[in-house]
This record gives sequence, structure tokens and C-alpha cells, in this order.
Amino acid sequence: MGRTRVVITGIGAVSPLGLTAGRTWEGLCAGKSGIKRITKFDPAKFTCQLAGEVEEYKIQQYVPKSFRKATKMMSKDIELAVIAADEAVRDSSLITKAIDEQKINVNPQRMAINLGAGLISCDPCELAPAVAKSLTDGKFDIKKWGKEGIELVTPLWLLKYLPNMLACHVGIIHDIQGPSNTITCAEVSGHIAIAEAAEVIARGNSDIALAGGAESKVNPVLIMRQCLIKRTTNQHNDDAEGACRPFDSDASGSIFGDGSGIVVLENLDNATKRGAKIYAEIVGTGQSACINPAYEHIEPDGYGLTIAIEKAMAQANISPKDIDLIIPHGTGIPQDDLAEAKGIEAAIGEETKRIPVWPTKSMLSNTGAACGGLDVVAAVLAMRDGIIPAAKNCVKKAVGCNLNIVKETIKTNIRYALCCGYTYGGQTAAVILKKFEN
Amino acid sequence: MIQDVKKERVVITGMGIVCPLGHDIETMWQALLAGKSGVAKTTIFDASTFPTTFSAEVKNYDVAKFVKNPGLHKNGNRGSKFAVGATVQACRQAGINVETDNPADGIDRKRIGIYLGAGEGAANHEAFFGAIAAGWDNQTNVMDWTKWTDVAAVQMRAMHELEQEANMPAAHLSMLTGARGPIRSCLTACAASTQAIGEATMTIRRGDADIMIAGGAHSMIHPLGQTGFNRLTALSKRNDSPQTASRPFTASRDGFVLGEGAAIVILESLTSAKKRGAKILAEIIGYGSSSDAFRVTDMHEEGRGAIQAMEAAIADACITYKDVNYVNAHGTSTAENDSIETKAIKAVFKERAKQIVVSSIKSSMGHLIGAAGGAELITCVLAIRDGIVPATINYNDPDPELDLDYVPNTPRKMQVDVAMKESFGFGGQNNVVIVKKYQD
Repeated sequence: MGRTRVVITGIGAVSPLGLTAGRTWEGLCAGKSGIKRITKFDPAKFTCQLAGEVEEYKIQQYVPKSFRKATKMMSKDIELAVIAADEAVRDSSLITKAIDEQKINVNPQRMAINLGAGLISCDPCELAPAVAKSLTDGKFDIKKWGKEGIELVTPLWLLKYLPNMLACHVGIIHDIQGPSNTITCAEVSGHIAIAEAAEVIARGNSDIALAGGAESKVNPVLIMRQCLIKRTTNQHNDDAEGACRPFDSDASGSIFGDGSGIVVLENLDNATKRGAKIYAEIVGTGQSACINPAYEHIEPDGYGLTIAIEKAMAQANISPKDIDLIIPHGTGIPQDDLAEAKGIEAAIGEETKRIPVWPTKSMLSNTGAACGGLDVVAAVLAMRDGIIPAAKNCVKKAVGCNLNIVKETIKTNIRYALCCGYTYGGQTAAVILKKFEN
Repeated sequence: MIQDVKKERVVITGMGIVCPLGHDIETMWQALLAGKSGVAKTTIFDASTFPTTFSAEVKNYDVAKFVKNPGLHKNGNRGSKFAVGATVQACRQAGINVETDNPADGIDRKRIGIYLGAGEGAANHEAFFGAIAAGWDNQTNVMDWTKWTDVAAVQMRAMHELEQEANMPAAHLSMLTGARGPIRSCLTACAASTQAIGEATMTIRRGDADIMIAGGAHSMIHPLGQTGFNRLTALSKRNDSPQTASRPFTASRDGFVLGEGAAIVILESLTSAKKRGAKILAEIIGYGSSSDAFRVTDMHEEGRGAIQAMEAAIADACITYKDVNYVNAHGTSTAENDSIETKAIKAVFKERAKQIVVSSIKSSMGHLIGAAGGAELITCVLAIRDGIVPATINYNDPDPELDLDYVPNTPRKMQVDVAMKESFGFGGQNNVVIVKKYQD
């Protein structure tokens, strides 16, 4: 088999800054924050009352008429994926079944999909009537649930909450019949999904792949979970804009949100043949794990991240000197930010002082499985425009963090950009993009 | 540049299992060959009033029997704990040290990866339902989030919440083994662990790792899991005869039986296995993946995606359909799956379809969902090793439409050189792995 190069030919994003990649990028460049007080439910008694919610949309606008009935089976996570996928496919000029059934210019069997997804948490209100039917003396009674309550649960309920339903709905809409996978590695799912999709193309199993991730974290169960694990900040409920402070000395936790970031990956030959616009090339990916007995955090030296970055650089055949931009995970959780800073520093050595590091979660919030896709989209646009926007809320770097956090917007040619991520539980990943050169 | 396939040969050098038929390979295998069933009345929670009252549970399992430091895994969900036990067995067989910072096995931990098809941890149902009950006003259909929060914040436990995340079984395995290579977890419904093993094979082939700890871990035997499947009418409701409920390919099949467990294989590059002098159990020669892109609720009527995945795996293995001796079926015992799977096998195996030997061990073990493919692949390796194919039990009333050789009720002694494991998941996820008797 010959050498296969994998390029990005389409991008799509949904974020608290907007419903498109363009709007998201504008917001990032303007230093806007998409973090606000939660409106989806009353968070008054939550320790953290803030989140990154996306604006209203009509999902019907993003699916072909023949599929509109299926929107009833879509949880928010699925909708976010469908919207970003629609944008990415249109941006790539590929004509799938959803775009125009008469002019399809792709072979469905040669298209793959690989999305990162969270474990979709169900909506308590949706189950509430069934729970109400299952009470004995005001207490939940499993015997009543099994007999009566269950009857009030809509028959297809489970299908809304299986993580692979993001890829399935998108796959049906665009008629993607090749390999399909759903990565469930929490906050690093999106990075891994993009890496694996590139591998699927590189080994010849498909010519085109939709890859990235989507997740809706703004759900009372999930926000409560993060509050209980103490990963959220509880000190900024009156200061949404300043709440999420990656690598800042005043950081006190993360803010969670909704989002989706999806890219179209394509075999270079395929992209060239059809005259596609090419944003960037994926030149290296690496993966490893942090090992920490207190596994809600990564290990203090971020070694698992170091390994992932080193592997990605080796695969890209570059050294830290070549890297012009790093988008880190940067959650705003002080302990993890410090570990990440150390892990990155160990991988890039003396270049730590030079390489601009641009965390995005102060503006986009922590969108879980969507993070990797959103960061790759942001890196692609930074590369296209030659702009690295200023980091937000990193006023005074935390002690021990030696990274060069971008203070003011930089205009520069970006040849290589590194996006890296990790998650509680330890999985790490790095993706290196290169500005496209023939 | 993303690496091209290097065509390293990939072999299996260790296996471990925790499943309804036993907590180790040989116990499971003997039970399977004896035609035993792992199905019984559900005890994990009170399912006595549910449409289905039985399941295939892992019973009397204690992770402390497998590890020196069980404390590290004490908060783990059922799947994580099963995965730890299965991985210890598999690593022991492969000669990989666990629970040590100074392994004496000479294997660089950066060259060991993990790929699991793994599912969620069960919710804390008391807290989950209790909070909803406290907050919901059934007259106005409005949730009082203050009341919800009062219960949720007190009853939900931080570690229990963390352990519900699907990446946790993989996290436990990296702590257990020290693996620092590529660590991934996927969840493509019932096809997840077959996909994990397939992708792990590719990871070694292209040279990203020498060893991959691959397989699945899952338990959906919890109230919400069973609610979901019951509402989909996917589960058998044969409450008066649980042990005969899983009856794939029969006329009276009425749904699958929910099971749980973990199954782990150690995949290794042939080069590494030879260098270490590891005992080689079998070789993975092919992997194929596809999606139906048809309906969220149903398989494609003609098995389009299933056929594509099988043919992709055969092509990847550089063999033809004539070389396959045994198909370990997805065989869930649902009306739709068994009929479409049969159609797909006929399409792929053409004139040989009726000679091909097909069996479903879900008849004995139930459906381990995310872990199913891994457990079933292990039985393919054992079939190759011992020259015997496990039976489809409870096969007493053939469906006239389904006319393949399903190995009814009695295991079959036969030489197996090439076995195909196929898995099909909700939403149209199709994954197929082909395993072959190892020859130098």
C-alpha cells in the first residue's frame, strides 16, 4: 500500500459562542465568553450555577425532510452532532444523500464516521411521570416501577441515550456505510476519535471520514456529578465571564457546557482529485495514559500527556522547534492545569518559553467529548487566518506553570499546531496539524 | 504523516474471562461444552415485577481474589471489577506482570496499550429516582430543582458518580498493568468489544504498540438498562423458563437475555511474542467494520451492513469465504437479528452456506452487550485449540426459514482452522474479527 496523507477538508462547530464554526471563531477572536448562569434548570442550590449553553436552534433545519420524524429520538447530544456534521459536510463541498440525493458525489461504503461521545445522561423530567407512578408512601418503589412506571417510559427511550446514536443518526442522514466507531474516553474522546478516523483512512479502509465529538454537559445529573467530584468552580457564580481561568493563579475549577466539533477528514488523493479546499493535514497523533491512584485527577507530572505529545511529534517527524501553537486541555482545575503544564513542558523542553499556548475553555467551557473536535476546528481556523487570539482569564499565571500563555492576539504564520487533551481516568491524546503544503 | 499499515502479524498470547458461566476460561469452557445455562432469576435488583424477571448474572464474584490491592478498585462499577479479574488472568497467561512499578517481564509499558468496548456503571438508583420523586410535581408537571438538588446533592456519591463514566474500566486496567501505550474505550452497543479487538489488532499492525489488552466489560443488569431493553421489546419474557429463554434461530425465540461480564485477550505482535517466548494461542487475521446507515431502530432488511463487514474482514484476512470453518454468530435470539444474520451468512458464504458451521453461545451465556464479542471471540480460540465447536442450546424447534447448521444442542467435534466472530449492534454497528489457528 502506498503512503496515504490525511487532510481536513471541512469543519463544523456548535458552541456556546455560536451555532457555526465561523461564529465560534469570531467569538474566540473577540475574547467573548459563552459561559452564563444556567437556564436549562434552576441551579440555585448547585455549588456551581454556571455553564456554557448553546443558543436556541430548530433541529429540523439541519436534517432532510425524509428524516425529520427521527428528530423525536434525538437527545441534545445527538442534535449537536447532527448540526456540526451538517456544517462540516457542506463546508467540504461533498454531496452526500442529505445534501442532494440527485447529485451524490461520494461512495457511501468508502465513508467512515468516528465520534467521541459522553455517556448521555437522561433527562430527569422525561422519566418523572413514570417515577411519580412508582411511589409508595412518597418513596420510590422498584416493584411499582417494574409493573406500572415502566409503561410510561416511551418505547424508544433507550435509543436516545446510547452513545453510539450520535454516529448512527449522522450516519443515516449522510448515508455513511463504512467503519463507524464511538469513542467514550470522556474529555479526550474527540481527540481520539479524530486520530482513529485518520488511521482508518491511512490504512485504506475509507477515503473520507467524519470525525470529532459532541456532548451536552448541561444536564442536572452531569453538572451535579462534576460538582460532587469537585471539578467545578464554586467561587464565580456572580462572575460568569471570569469563572473559568485555565492556568491562572486564581483558578478554582472548570465550567461545563454543550458543544460539538466535527471535521471532514479525507485521503489527500481523493481531496485533490475533486479539487477540494484543503485546510490542513493531520501529520501526527499520539496516545497514552496518566496513572494516578486518585484517578479523578491526572498524575502530578502529567507524564501520560508527555508520552502522547512525544509520540505525535515522532510520527509527524518534527521537533518542538517546529510547533507554532498549542491548544491544551486547560480546564481551569488548578491541580490538573499544573500537571498538564508540566507534562507539556517535559515534551517541548526549551521551547516552552516560545510556543504560544492558547486554552479555549475560558470561552467555550468544558464540553467533554466535544473538546477535541472544537479545539481542532479552532486550530484549523487559527492556521487559516494566521491569528492566535488572546487567552482569556489568565491574568497571572499559576505558580509552577511555565507555559507561554498567549497574552495578546498574535498574527503569525502557523505551520504546525498541537492540540492535546486528557481526561479523568487518565487517557491522554495529542493531534498535530500541519498547514497544507502540496 | 499518519503511519501506514506495517502488516505486523498479530497473535493472541493470553485470555481471561468473568462471565455468567464462570470466572475463568476453563470453567466457562467446560460449562459451555456441557450445555449449561448461566441464566436465572435476577438478584442484582428486584426485577420481580418487570416484564422480564431473569438475566445472566455473574455470581459470587470477588475482585479481591485476583489482586493484592483490591482497595484501588473498590469503587469500580461492576464492569470495571470484572475487567480487572479478566485482565489479571490474561496477563498471567501471557507472562505480563500486574500491580507492580517494577515489572520483571522486560516489556516497555509504553508499548502496551488497552482497547476496551466498555459501558456505563449503574446509576445510584436510590438517589436517581429519589431525587426525581422529591422534585416532581405530578399535578403541574414541573420539576422543583431545589427539591431535586436537596436529595441529589446528599445521596449522590462523588466516586460512584465518577465510576459511571464509560472510560473507567480502561482507567482501572491502566492502573492495574501500568500500560502507557494507546488507551482507548469505545461503545458501539452490542458490537463494542469486537470493534475494540479489531481496532487493537490494527494498532499493533501499524506498529503503535507491541501488546494490546483488548476486549470488553459491561453490565446493563440495572433498573434503567432493563427498562430500556424491555421497552424496546428486545428481551425475552419467558419468565417461567429462564434457562431456555435464549434460543437463537428457533421458531419460538422471543428476545435476548441480558447478561454481564468482562472478556480480555492479550494481543501481541508475532515478533514480540516470539522474542518473549510467549505461548501463542491463535492469530487474528482479519477485521471488518461497517454501518447500516439504515434505521436507528432496525437492521437493514437484507443485512447490507453485516455482509459488508464480513466481506471486509475476509478481504482484510487475505482469505476467501471458502476458508472459514466456523461462524460464531451474533445470534441474539431476537426475531430480527437471527433472521437477518442468517440472510447475511447466506449472502457471504454462497454455495457453502449450508455447510458452514454456525453457533450462538448467547444461548448459554446470555448477551453480555459491550462485552459479548470479546467473550465469544475467546470461545472461537478455544474451539480452534480443542477441535470442538460449542452448541446453540435450547434449539428444539427450528425456524423453517432459518436453515443453516446451527450446531443444535450438542457441541461438535471438528477441526477449526479459521473462525469468524461477528457482532451487530443497535443503530447498525457491524464488526467482524477473523481468528486462525497459529502456524509459523
